[in-house]
Amino acid sequence: MNIFFQQLLNGLTLGSVYSLVALGLTLVYGILHIPNFAHGALYMVGAYMAFFATGSLGANYWVAMAASAAAVALLAVLSERLVFHRLRHAPPLHDMIAAIGLLLFLEAVIQAVWGADFRRLPSPYPQIVRAFDLTAPAQRLMIIAAAFGLMAGLHLFLKRTILGSTIVAMAQNREGAALVGIDATRVSMLTFAISGALAAVAATLFAPINLIYPAMGHLVIMKAFVIIILGGMGSIPGAIVGAMVIGFAESFGAFYVSTDYKDIIAFALLVLILSVRPQGLFTRGVR
Amino acid sequence: MLEIRNLTKTFGGLAAVRDVSTRFEKGRISAIIGPNGAGKSTFFNLIAGLHRPTSGQILFEGADVTGLRPDQMAVRGVARSFQTTHLFDKASVLDNLIVGHRLRTKSTFWDVLLNTRRLRDEERACRAKAEEVLDFVGLSSVADRLAGEISQEERKRAAFALALATDPKILLLDEPAGGVNPEETAGLAALIRKMAAGGLTVCLIEHKMDMIMSLADTIVVLDHGEMIAEGPPSSVQSNPRVIEAYLGADYVAA
Amino acid sequence: MSNARLPTRALLAALLLLAALFPLAAPNGYYIYVMSLAFIMAISATGLNLILGYTGQLNLAHAGFMAVGAYTVGILTVDHGVPFWIAFALSGVSAAVLGFFAGLVSLRLKTHYFVIFTLCVGFILYLVIEKFEGLTHGTVGVIGIPAPPAIGPVSFETPVAQYYLVLAFLCLALWVMHRIVRSLLGRAFVAIRNSEDLAEALGVNLMRTKLLAFVLSTVYAGLAGGLYAGFVRFLGPSIALESNTFDLVTYILVGGIGTLFGPVLGALVLTWVTQSLQFLQDFRMIVFGPMLILLVMFFPQGLIGFVQERRAKRNTREKAAPAHREARANA
Repeated sequence: MNIFFQQLLNGLTLGSVYSLVALGLTLVYGILHIPNFAHGALYMVGAYMAFFATGSLGANYWVAMAASAAAVALLAVLSERLVFHRLRHAPPLHDMIAAIGLLLFLEAVIQAVWGADFRRLPSPYPQIVRAFDLTAPAQRLMIIAAAFGLMAGLHLFLKRTILGSTIVAMAQNREGAALVGIDATRVSMLTFAISGALAAVAATLFAPINLIYPAMGHLVIMKAFVIIILGGMGSIPGAIVGAMVIGFAESFGAFYVSTDYKDIIAFALLVLILSVRPQGLFTRGVR
Repeated sequence: MLEIRNLTKTFGGLAAVRDVSTRFEKGRISAIIGPNGAGKSTFFNLIAGLHRPTSGQILFEGADVTGLRPDQMAVRGVARSFQTTHLFDKASVLDNLIVGHRLRTKSTFWDVLLNTRRLRDEERACRAKAEEVLDFVGLSSVADRLAGEISQEERKRAAFALALATDPKILLLDEPAGGVNPEETAGLAALIRKMAAGGLTVCLIEHKMDMIMSLADTIVVLDHGEMIAEGPPSSVQSNPRVIEAYLGADYVAA
Repeated sequence: MSNARLPTRALLAALLLLAALFPLAAPNGYYIYVMSLAFIMAISATGLNLILGYTGQLNLAHAGFMAVGAYTVGILTVDHGVPFWIAFALSGVSAAVLGFFAGLVSLRLKTHYFVIFTLCVGFILYLVIEKFEGLTHGTVGVIGIPAPPAIGPVSFETPVAQYYLVLAFLCLALWVMHRIVRSLLGRAFVAIRNSEDLAEALGVNLMRTKLLAFVLSTVYAGLAGGLYAGFVRFLGPSIALESNTFDLVTYILVGGIGTLFGPVLGALVLTWVTQSLQFLQDFRMIVFGPMLILLVMFFPQGLIGFVQERRAKRNTREKAAPAHREARANA
C-alpha cells in the first residue's frame, strides 16, 4: 500500500512540475505558433538563479524563487523582443532555428559561469510527513501544493481578469483580437513573462529533489513537448492533463517496468500516439 | 466531365458545404460565386482532394474519385491554382515550371543515380513542356527572370502555366484575377477563354463580377455552403435568391 | 536549376587539388586529423541538407542516425568480427531501415510537429544506446574498432591515407547529391519545400517523395557514422545527442542552406574557426548560438546562397533585359 502510494505521490510530483513547464510552453505556442525550443533553457536558468540566490546571496528559499521567477521572466521577455518578435514574418523554420540558437547560448553561458558540475539546492522542508500508515517527503507535498496553487491562479487570471482574457483572445484568433483593439506586442511580452516565470518556479520547486546542471532542461523540455502534443498544442487543460499522464506513466513505469528506461516511456508514448493519431489526442483533425 | 453529387463537408459539426450537386461540362467555363464564407474555397478543396468530403460523391469522367489525394487527382487530370502562388523566388520562372510536368514522367531514384537515358529524355520533355506553357500564357519573355522579380499579373500567368504543365483536363482556378488591375484582368480573362477554346474545362472562383458575367458559360452560386442558383449569367443575375444573398455587399447590382 | 549548378569546372578542380595537397602542407598530423573529421561531418551535413535545405523538413534526429551507422560498424566489427567494409556498407543500410520506419510515422506530421517528433526520436536513439548495455556497451562505449583495412594494394593505415579515403567519400557524396538535386527528383523536393499544397496539386506524392528524401539523408548520416567509427575508432553514446545535430544545422546555415557546397563550406569554416580559437572549444555555443539567430535574421541564405543569389540576379538581368520589352509589346 505504501509503495503504491509512493508511486502515486511521485507521479503527482512529476506531473506538477511538468504541468508548470508545459503550461508556459503551450501559452507561448498559442500566441506565437512556434515551439519554443529555448523554453527548457529558461527552466535551467531558473534553477541556477535560485541556486545563486540561496547559495551565494544567502537568500531565503521563497525569496530566491521570486527572484528567479522575475529574472527568467525578464529573460523570456528579452528573447521575445530581440528574437521572436523580429522573426514573426519569417518562415517557421527560422523561428525554430533561432530558438535552438538561444537554447545553445543560454546553456553555454551558464556552463561558462557555473561549470558543468552537478549542483544541489537544499530543501527548505527536509522533513517527512506521516499520516495514517503513509509517509511523504514534505518537499514533494509542497511541490504539488504550489503547482496546483499556481495553476488555479493562472486559471483565474486568464478567465477572470481583462488582461488575462486578452491572452486567451489572441491565442484563439489573432486578427479578431487586433480588431477589438488588443495590443499584440503587449500580450506577447506578457505571455513570455508568464511562461518564463512558470518555468523558473517549476525549476526552483523541483531542484531540491533533483540535480542542477546545464543540460538539465533537455529532458524536461522534450517531455513538455510530448505533453503539449498529447494535450493539443495551445490547450491549457490539455497541458495539465498531459503532464499528469506523463508523470504517472513515468513513476509507475520506473517502478513496475524499469528505472533505466523510464525516460523513454514519454517518448515511446508520443511515437505510439502520433502513429495512430497524428493530430494529437485531444484535438480534432481538419482533414 | 466532372460531376458532383450531394457533396457535404462539415468541420466540427458546422457544414461548410451542404448537399451540393452540379456538373461541369467539357470545354466550358464555369464560375463559382457567393459571398465571403459561402464555402467556395472548401468546395474547391473538396474537388481537388485537399479535403475529404463528409458525404457525397465526386465523379470525374465517369469514375468515382471521391476521397483521392490531390496528387492522385492531378495525375487524373484535375489541376488547380491557388489564391497565392508559392513560386521559388530565387530561381528563374522557367526553373519553377519544370517540375510541373514531373507527374507525367516515370524515372525513379535509380534513374537519377545512373543518369539513364530515360531520365535525360524526360528532363528534356519537362523543360520543353515548361517552355510551351510559358509561351501559351505569354510569359516567354520573362522565362529567365527570377520568379521573385516578376509582377503580380505575371505571377498569376505563371500559376496558370504551372497548372497547364501537368497536362490537365480540367483546371480549377482560385481567384485568378485577385489583386490585379482591370486592364490586366481583361488580359487574364482572354487567356482563360483561350484555354477553354483549346478544349480545357475551366472552373473558377472569382469576386470580380463583371469578369465573371462576361466570361462564364455557367455560374454556380453558393451561400452558407448551399447551392442557391445555377445557370447562365443572365438567369443567375436576375435570380431573387442570389440578389438577396448579395444584398448589402458592394457588388449588389453587378 | 540555378542553385544546384556546379561552379565552373576550373574552380572545382582547383579546390580538389587544394584538398589533395593539404596533407603535404599541414604542419603536423593533428591538422590532418581535424580536416578528416571535418570532411566526415560535411558528409553528414550534406545528407541533412537534403531533407532540411532541399525538402524543407528539419530533422533533429540526424545525429541519432549517424550514431546508428557508427554503432553498426562498431558492434559488428568489435563484437562479431565482421569485416570492416561489410559492416560499413551495412551502416548505411541500418540507418536507412530505421529512417524508413521513423519517416513513415514522422513525415505525416507538418512543420513543428515533425521537428518535435524527430527531436524525440533522436533522444530515444540516444537513450537506447546509453542504456542497452548488452548491445552497445552503454556508457563505456565501443573500444578498439579496426581501421578500414586495405582495398587491394591501397591501405588505410596512416592518417594521411585515411584522409584521402574520407576525401574520396566526400567527393562521391557530393557527386551523388549533385545528381539528385539537379534532377526531376530534386525539383520535386524543392517543390515540397516551397509549398506542400502546391507540390501536391502538381501531382507530387508528398509521402513517397518526402520519405525518399528522408531515407536518403539517413543513408548519408549512416555512412558518415560508419566512416567516423573507422576513423576515430571509439564510440560513446554522446554522438547521438541532439547537440550534434545542432552543430550540423549551424554548418548548413553558415555555408548556405539548400546549396550543394554550403554544408561542406560551413563544416570546414566552423571547424577551423573553432580550432583556431582555443578558448572556444568548450564554449563555442556562446558564439554559435547568437550566430545562428543572427544568421536566420539577416543572412538566411548563407555564404554560398548569397553568392549564388547575386550571380543569378546578374545572369537573369543580362538574359532577360533585351528580350523583355520587345516580347511584351508582341504579347
